[in-house]
Amino acid sequence: MIVANRKPFEEIIGMLKPYARILLLGCNECVTVCATGGAKEVAVLASEIRLFRAKEGVPAEIKEVTLERNCDPEYVETLKPFIDDCDVILSMACGCGIQFVGEHYRNRIVLPAVDTTFDGVTEQHGVWAERCQGCGNCVLDRTLGICPVTRCAKSIFNGPCGGSQGGVCEVNKDAPCAWQLIVDRYKEMGMLDRYLEIQPIKDWSTSRDGGPRKRIREDLKI
Amino acid sequence: MRLSYPPNVKIVKVPCTGRVDIIHVMKAFENGADGVYLVGCLEGDCHFLVGNVRARRRVEYVKRLLDECGVGGDRVAMYNMSSAEGQRFAEAAREVTEKIRGLGPNPAKSAKS
Amino acid sequence: MSTGSNLEKVLKNGNFAVTSECGPPRGADPEAVKKKGAFLSGYVDAVNVTDNQTSVVRMSSLSACLILRSMGFDPVMQMVCRDRNRIAIQSDILGAAALGVSNILCLSGDHQKFGDHPTAKNVFDIDSMQLIQCVRQMVDDGRFLSGEEIKGRPNLFVGCAENPFADPFEIRAMRLAKKAKAGAQFVQTQCVFNVEKFGKWMEMVRDLNVHEKVYILAGITPMKSVGMAKYMKNSVPGMDVPDDLIKRMQQTPKEKQAEEGIKICLETIEKVRGIKGVSGIHIMAIEWEQMVPEIVRSAGLYPRPQP
Repeated sequence: MIVANRKPFEEIIGMLKPYARILLLGCNECVTVCATGGAKEVAVLASEIRLFRAKEGVPAEIKEVTLERNCDPEYVETLKPFIDDCDVILSMACGCGIQFVGEHYRNRIVLPAVDTTFDGVTEQHGVWAERCQGCGNCVLDRTLGICPVTRCAKSIFNGPCGGSQGGVCEVNKDAPCAWQLIVDRYKEMGMLDRYLEIQPIKDWSTSRDGGPRKRIREDLKI
Repeated sequence: MRLSYPPNVKIVKVPCTGRVDIIHVMKAFENGADGVYLVGCLEGDCHFLVGNVRARRRVEYVKRLLDECGVGGDRVAMYNMSSAEGQRFAEAAREVTEKIRGLGPNPAKSAKS
Repeated sequence: MSTGSNLEKVLKNGNFAVTSECGPPRGADPEAVKKKGAFLSGYVDAVNVTDNQTSVVRMSSLSACLILRSMGFDPVMQMVCRDRNRIAIQSDILGAAALGVSNILCLSGDHQKFGDHPTAKNVFDIDSMQLIQCVRQMVDDGRFLSGEEIKGRPNLFVGCAENPFADPFEIRAMRLAKKAKAGAQFVQTQCVFNVEKFGKWMEMVRDLNVHEKVYILAGITPMKSVGMAKYMKNSVPGMDVPDDLIKRMQQTPKEKQAEEGIKICLETIEKVRGIKGVSGIHIMAIEWEQMVPEIVRSAGLYPRPQP
């Protein structure tokens, strides 16, 4: 799932200053699962904004809408009836959703209420962690399921670097060293000799470095 | 034991403090409450195991939200007591009432009127 | 093909090599480099020049290398993968070779989090292992990473670093074997304080026969005080300072701690010299370069072979 953090309230309230009628938009997909921008979080943020604006004496009128998905046109189109009645759209969807809604309703500005962070998993209830950077050229077969691009702070392919101590990354003591995990996994599977293979230089052109990416399946096009 | 507690305390009954969500507390303030406090069972005595522990964490969370939006996190509190502690219940009601009175009315409400 | 490297010559002639390092200044004054260099003159076979070490902005390694070269030193240009992609890396290698630098040390580089610009974007297009391969390809095959031919190929003696004390310990010798396979010709290790563990690592290195493929220079750092020892132990990732060493510094009166630090350093040099497969030492006297001559003399490593 795509994981996001809600932006600091001060930043949100600053962006909203010129506006009275706000369409507060949530998404039922990833941001609901990571408890950042689903219907519940939309309700809480709406309440916070209303309380703040009431205190300031400049009340805000907030319409709360949570779409099934913000990244598919069929759902984004269902927003149509609410657009005319709002001055601005404040979105708690991920960066994709924020942009996609903006592309559909060009006469309204869409403001981000969240900072989109990473593609990750739920490690435990209330804890999400990064697993994939979408480099476009998967190496998980070679590293037995642990991604060095994402989970090593230096994205090194022939680790671990000298900063790995006690299984922990020197950059963040809450993050395991990816290469310790990979070596452990090699050992677990009786494949430690694989460690001696020098991993070749990576082709980054399939990653963001090659420019924005697109996937097309001609057979599905209408 | 006919104990009295301040009449301004309005009790909302829930099956367990674990049922109380962030939004419930927020809505109470939107609807004009000056303070909100949760009274749960003693920790370790929850009929649903950890409902009261979760409630405490939510209280901490909602305090942050209320600080952010200027209402003030001090207006929220959590108490734990057993159903046999009527005396403590009345004491808590007086304590909270006094504290909130000191803080004055909910700023979001006073600006509205 | 041998390079113009003095370090390479010393090692190939079977001499026990002595290298040290010079951290460039945080400014544009060449005198700062010369001042540090002056301490080392005549006492070392080559001088490493760090590349924005600990991710703090400093004068570029290549520039400081040239200043030291003008003083008669054989500089070892350290190069990290943190700040350059493969285009800049290859370009800097060509430039360094063109200006007479004969040694390069290939490193991944400290993460920028620890430096003075923690909000910077890092590069890590390639890693240290791949950097070794890259330099060797340029030197040996006269080809860029793209496969295209280099007109006027660079000639460099290629080194790497390894930390025998970082985790997981069991692959640390294997990792050096990988670097040897990638083409490293010498290695300078992380500071050795825990000689026993270093000895174990060397044993594993010998088991893999890596000491026959790369010259191994043990990292040596004199400690100024018990405060420094504790800092190294607790705050520098991948550093192994044994407790009895800290205790020894602690039991020494404050005014004698520097002296004791040098004593420990000399004992360490003596011990690592006795380990089979160790071809030299690399003295990292952090902000204490003036002590290098005394260390080299007292260790019986002076005079150095004539270049």
